Amino acid sequence: MKVLYFAWVRQKVGRGEEVVDAPSEAATVGALAQWLQARGGGYAEAFADLKRVRAAVNQEHVGFDAPIKAGDEVAFFPPVTGG
Amino acid sequence: MTVKVQREDFDPGAEIARLHAGRSDIGAVVSFVGLVRGESHGEALRSMTLEHFPGMTERELERIADEARARWSLQGVTVVHRIGELKPGERIVLVVTAAAHRRAAFEAGEFLMDYLKTRAPFWKRELRPSGEHWVEARGSDDEAAARWRRD
Repeated sequence: MKVLYFAWVRQKVGRGEEVVDAPSEAATVGALAQWLQARGGGYAEAFADLKRVRAAVNQEHVGFDAPIKAGDEVAFFPPVTGG
Repeated sequence: MTVKVQREDFDPGAEIARLHAGRSDIGAVVSFVGLVRGESHGEALRSMTLEHFPGMTERELERIADEARARWSLQGVTVVHRIGELKPGERIVLVVTAAAHRRAAFEAGEFLMDYLKTRAPFWKRELRPSGEHWVEARGSDDEAAARWRRD
């Protein structure tokens, strides 16, 4: 599964994208976020407060209860601030 | 419908002219230009850097423009958003709407900006004397977007 990070989530994690081999229990965006958080270090910092993080699956905004499957592209980022 | 994400500056007048060139069915064009303010949190702003999610940004802007065209009778929509490093006073974003009558053009333009600010995946980082700061999303922007929601 490909995971992308943007803005301060990217800075804390220390990379913009990676391919992860998440366990099958990580079947939702929220479960994946918790699994990443458990990696510790920058991941623990980036996902310390999930209320401050938003997500997209295959380039569409989703909630943390959205299901994910192998081959999906999941992105994590702060609330957007364009315009 | 034109959606562009680019580093270079844009010419609002040229974009407006292009939207209604050769048309006689357009009676109203409304444009909004967003600029970089030179002050933030009581400090002088040195620069602002805009990061985005390539691919999703364009798709999201197109989805927002489609939604505007579903709600109002529009003859044309142009959205241009810049990325990269910008200085105070520089242009950030342009939204132009064209319609037969002004009300649809005004309302759709405001809708587009409200939705863009809460849905398009851009993030601003400010460089100020105290250091680098990511801009925090504002609750007032969520409220502005929420008033367009139809239950």
